[in-house]
Amino acid sequence: MTLVVEGLDVAYGRAQVLFGVDLQAPGGELTCVMGRNGVGKSTLLKAIMGVLPARAGTITFEGAEIGHLKTHERVRLGLGYVPQGHETFPQLTVAENLQVTLEAAPGGDRAALDEALDLFPALRGLLKRRAGFLSGGQQQQLAMARALVTRPRMLLLDEPTEGIQPSIIVEIEEAIARLHSEAGLAILLVEQYLDTALRLADRFVVLDAGEVVRAGPRAGLQDESLHALLSV
Amino acid sequence: MAVLNQLFIGASMGAVLLLIALGLTFTFGQMGVINMAHGEFLLVGAYTAYLLQNVVLALPVAFAVAGALGLVLERLLIRRFYGRPLDTLLLTFGVSLILQQLARDIFGAPNVGVTAPAWLTGGIGGFPYSRIFILVLALACVAAISLYLTRMKQGRRMRAVMQNRQLAAVSGVATERVDQLTFLIGSGLAGVAGVALTLIGPVGPSLGTYYIVDAFLIVVAGGLGQLRGAVIAAFVLGVLNSFVEFWTDASLAKVVVFAVIVAFLQLRPQGLFVLRSRALT
Ligand SMILES: Nc1ncnc2c1ncn2[C@@H]1O[C@H](COP(=O)(O)OP(=O)(O)OP(=O)(O)O)[C@@H](O)[C@H]1O
Ligand SMILES: [Mg+2]
Repeated sequence: MTLVVEGLDVAYGRAQVLFGVDLQAPGGELTCVMGRNGVGKSTLLKAIMGVLPARAGTITFEGAEIGHLKTHERVRLGLGYVPQGHETFPQLTVAENLQVTLEAAPGGDRAALDEALDLFPALRGLLKRRAGFLSGGQQQQLAMARALVTRPRMLLLDEPTEGIQPSIIVEIEEAIARLHSEAGLAILLVEQYLDTALRLADRFVVLDAGEVVRAGPRAGLQDESLHALLSV
Repeated sequence: MAVLNQLFIGASMGAVLLLIALGLTFTFGQMGVINMAHGEFLLVGAYTAYLLQNVVLALPVAFAVAGALGLVLERLLIRRFYGRPLDTLLLTFGVSLILQQLARDIFGAPNVGVTAPAWLTGGIGGFPYSRIFILVLALACVAAISLYLTRMKQGRRMRAVMQNRQLAAVSGVATERVDQLTFLIGSGLAGVAGVALTLIGPVGPSLGTYYIVDAFLIVVAGGLGQLRGAVIAAFVLGVLNSFVEFWTDASLAKVVVFAVIVAFLQLRPQGLFVLRSRALT
């Protein structure tokens, strides 16, 4: 099991958002985290990365408890994370965005950079542009490439296709599928849409109001009662 | 000729202000820390020059001593109050008073001077060499910082942390280390500025108080953390001050300059240049 979360409680100040969340993401598989807006999907990913502190529970990555580690230490252990909302360093060029990550990562080398760019060839022509001037879709591709240059063994993606022009959505989904099937990367994908999940997922977890209400292999995604948990 | 002379005086005044503000563009502009003790790091530099009685040698030594002191301050106090600007302000104000008193105890209340080296005495066409030296020093510092920020990985990292701290952390950047380095450089630059101040005149324990407000205003007017903004703001302030002082007097010049800055910030609260930046949380 690559990533195991057990009994995770997370709160923003006094408002508790996650309640005893359990999650298992096996190596080489794509696990989809689903649920309506505001149920705590992003919060879960942030807690796994140590961006938010967990109030209770354990997070185990490749057999080691990582709950006490700082964010950058978790990255160095092999977790790659692409936050929601195609974030970049806006005033740095595309090349610098990637370079900063490359220089901070023990596993990062030129080859990793090339591989990331091979996955998103459109970025090659934009290397000298400031990231803040890219379109949302281009920024999202950069954000994913950025996470990949550290050669993560598990990738956490938070709604990578949200608010992005349809042509690029296809490219991003293809990239995810390739990372999953060709590179055999373990992926934790936050996704609101059932059809996307059906295309990509090996297994799924559904959150509702901060609790896991469903989990299992992809076959369970066919269940009619899931619609009620996902529709807005 | 008088105009040229005033321009030169203004520019060298601007260079002094710039040297002082440079450190603040790091600690205040980039990290959002209001360090009232920054003025006392000037003192550290000035007294280093006084002890060494050698301006050139004092530059690197002052950078190291003031930088180390800044780092200690960051580690012991300031980092515990990130995201709480008011607490930081009060705390560092306290530190500033303590450091001033310490300077009084060690070096005495009266001003002390540093003998300028022979090659800095005299001048050319009415422009003193010492002032020219300060101008060159300020420009050299700006060039060095600019190279550091754009060409070196530590500098790139620093800009990344400033632009999106959380994203830097999830990219594997040890943000705390970057903060320490930022503070070290910012404080060290104040030390360098302090050495430069000894070329203008004698220095005493309240030197820092005299310059700190101007320096903060320059950083704000230039746009937080923006190097070119600080450069322009410093020289505009210096020259403006010099001309108003020429036409009226010193205290009125100060009032006019303050009024201009306040009016400017009313029109453009974000300063000359802007960068979307996230405060420390
Ligand atoms: N910084 C914050 N401070 C306080 N509450 C927050 C904060 N961020 C999120 N929340 C609350 O926590 C809950 C879960 O938020 P989260 O962002 O994890 O939801 P989500 O499932 O990712 O939603 P979406 O699909 O819209 O991205 C929401 O009710 C939200 O209002
Ligand atoms: Mg979310």
